[in-house]
Amino acid sequence: MTSIEQTDVVIVGSGFGGAIPAYHLAAGGARVVVLERGPWLANDEFDHDFLLGSSYTRIFDFTVGDGMSVLAGNCVGGGSVVYFATMPRAPRFVFERTGSLGRRMWPATINRDTLDPWYDVVTDALPVTEQSWNDVPFAGGLFAAACTHAGRTANPVPSAIDKPRCTNCNWMMAGCRFDAKRSLLLNYLPAALAHGAQIRPLHEVQRLSRTAEGGYRIHYDVVDDEDYRLTRGGGVIEAKIVVLAAGAGATPVILQRSEAELGTMPAAVGRYFSGNGERLNTAVVNDDRARELLGLDRGHGTAYEAHQIGKGPCVATWDKLDASLPEYSRYSLEQLYFPPGLGTVLAQAPGATGPTWFGREKKEMLRQWRSWLTVFAMTEDDNEGVFGAPPTRGNAERIAQQMLGRGSLRYDPTENTLRGWAESDADVRDILERDGLARVRPWTNDQVGAYTVHPLSSCRIGDDPATSALDDRHELRNHPGIFVTDGSAVPGALTVNPALTIAALAERAIPGLVRATQQRGVSVTYGAPSPDGTTTAVPPPRSV
Amino acid sequence: MAGAAAADPVRTATLEAFADTIIPGAKRFPEDRAIAGVVDDPGAVEAGALELLAHSALGLAKALDGMAGLLNMHAQNSARAKQLVLDPTVPPFVALDFDARTALVQELTDPSHPEREVWFGVALFCTMAFDSAPHLSTVDALEQGHPGLSILGFHHPDEDRSWRFPHFSYQRQLATVHPQTTTTGNPA
Ligand SMILES: Cc1cc2nc3c(=O)[nH]c(=O)nc-3n(C[C@H](O)[C@H](O)[C@H](O)COP(=O)(O)OP(=O)(O)OC[C@H]3O[C@@H](n4cnc5c(N)ncnc54)[C@H](O)[C@@H]3O)c2cc1C
Ligand code: SF4
Repeated sequence: MTSIEQTDVVIVGSGFGGAIPAYHLAAGGARVVVLERGPWLANDEFDHDFLLGSSYTRIFDFTVGDGMSVLAGNCVGGGSVVYFATMPRAPRFVFERTGSLGRRMWPATINRDTLDPWYDVVTDALPVTEQSWNDVPFAGGLFAAACTHAGRTANPVPSAIDKPRCTNCNWMMAGCRFDAKRSLLLNYLPAALAHGAQIRPLHEVQRLSRTAEGGYRIHYDVVDDEDYRLTRGGGVIEAKIVVLAAGAGATPVILQRSEAELGTMPAAVGRYFSGNGERLNTAVVNDDRARELLGLDRGHGTAYEAHQIGKGPCVATWDKLDASLPEYSRYSLEQLYFPPGLGTVLAQAPGATGPTWFGREKKEMLRQWRSWLTVFAMTEDDNEGVFGAPPTRGNAERIAQQMLGRGSLRYDPTENTLRGWAESDADVRDILERDGLARVRPWTNDQVGAYTVHPLSSCRIGDDPATSALDDRHELRNHPGIFVTDGSAVPGALTVNPALTIAALAERAIPGLVRATQQRGVSVTYGAPSPDGTTTAVPPPRSV
Repeated sequence: MAGAAAADPVRTATLEAFADTIIPGAKRFPEDRAIAGVVDDPGAVEAGALELLAHSALGLAKALDGMAGLLNMHAQNSARAKQLVLDPTVPPFVALDFDARTALVQELTDPSHPEREVWFGVALFCTMAFDSAPHLSTVDALEQGHPGLSILGFHHPDEDRSWRFPHFSYQRQLATVHPQTTTTGNPA
């Protein structure tokens, strides 16, 4: 007799890759337990506050690696709670990329046409809506006008924001207290709960082992709710199916740590990590030139000075999303806001003669903070990230109580990636420095290496077992019953924000996941209508 | 916030001088040695860099003595290499002038320096103390006229401590959209 808790499906992580299967499997009749390492916050706990210990540090994670730092969510709802909700579809050419493989990276079954119906499903469920120019904040408007001045096009990008509710507070990374941002706390997760799924916050999964019946044991620690360096005991659950969705910075680490008991992992586990080719540039805009050149005026004689105002990235230029350009030379450029602290330290003072990221000239740059415009490039990188040996617990040795840790990811950009960054930097300069509109410099990579808010590909789908860890149904090769549905499954950089693609792939994986669950004797059906976007948040149980 | 109260004056002055190199400020009083005084408004020190570094949530408090010692060792070594005699009445890093402090911090945070992560970490928190004041509640910091948030021009919130910007858009079409934009507003 065993006293170990049993369930049908355990899902690790509650971001896009976790919430979507949690809903469909629970709605289909399976017993579902979601284990999430972060806390569960209600909307009135999302603070407008940089104070250590406020929601900003509780729900957000910064993992420093060797050449690449990863920023991600750490809470029920995962990245959807801290993200900027900019939700474009990936351009058609992305699915045809070969990267450095010399053959198509994506499974033959997936291209833009076959993914579009799944994009539609997620678009309805969150929902994602188009933005009108009336919704575009000053920073996006300025970027659009600068693009026009430079002979480029620019688009307001579709977003998962309920625009009438949004106050343009730009506190996105602390969670949205106005329920304007359509995070997973407002659709898939409450719908999953309504169908009996259980969500257990502060449960950090460390490794998996196999049961005699061919199922899995999921081993977790319970994390202290204030000092994440501490654990409060742990436990084990047995499940017939495991869905790993801890995010591309964490999923491969769980598998690496499980290798001793599960047996050899596919070679692509913990390899081919992509940072979505990210690169940031910060410009300091000359307000007089913005008025003269672009005809901008927000009243009181001010053209711009509105860096703080808005709702994340709203306008992008897609001119370089051109299939006829060579691979690594295609990218989108998007206006963006990062709050002070994380959003300022790596910005380099344009034209500095001394140190660029600290010191006297940096202080002068900070004095002009209201005139900053940050531009985000999403290029095609070379999947060069590799995870080293896993840390003792989770995916990082935690340094601070919350937010900051040291992980094992190593990223050494190739010539291809460096060229893409250089070309996009030059393009940003061409758009923004034209006729003295602004002065611009990329963020320094010298201190923490590159950085990404879009970790991808560390356990990817594909047709070639040597270079993909998952088959095109997202099942881990040679380990039946383990599925991966988060950003780690995406084969490579997308040249646009990835969450809609991650979510669409997760939706696409559900029929196969349901079938595998049925084959293991669970009575579950596929076909629940997707949450229709009218579900309201279910507050977390107050006693967790 | 254990640590701040018990800090010894050498450590305090040394770390203050480091913070002042990251975001420089005006001297607090005429004999102020830690702050070099190369600008005429407050910098990281007055913004609370030392309170932040010693904050229990960061897990650095115990390491601060060692860091100050290390910094002074580097300052001493660099002075010796340049055959400079440092004022013995203050810690060696404090004895350096602003440009020498800057040059040393550049060296210590250079990608090739083995201690880069440590010194970048300290610099990061000094910058954060100035521009986001995470040792204080943001609304309180603004009410107290926190120097960094003031210099940035960080807006004040509404009375309920929430930020809202009802006037946020030019409300004009400012660009032509990409000709291949799909009917759903996406890249083709
Ligand atoms: C600041 C910021 C802004 C962003 N803005 C956008 C945007 O505008 N548009 C866009 O498309 N994308 C954006 N992203 C990226 C987007 O959030 C991610 O791509 C997306 O959330 C990834 O989904 P996922 O399912 O792969 O992982 P996540 O959403 O990261 O979910 C993984 C979950 O697993 C949990 N977890 C990790 N390890 C364990 C463990 N061992 N045990 C249990 N649980 C674990 C994590 O706490 C997390 O909740 C942004 C990201 C950040 C950080
Ligand atoms: S900017 Fe809008 S969507 Fe974002 S947190 Fe503020 S109110 Fe919410």
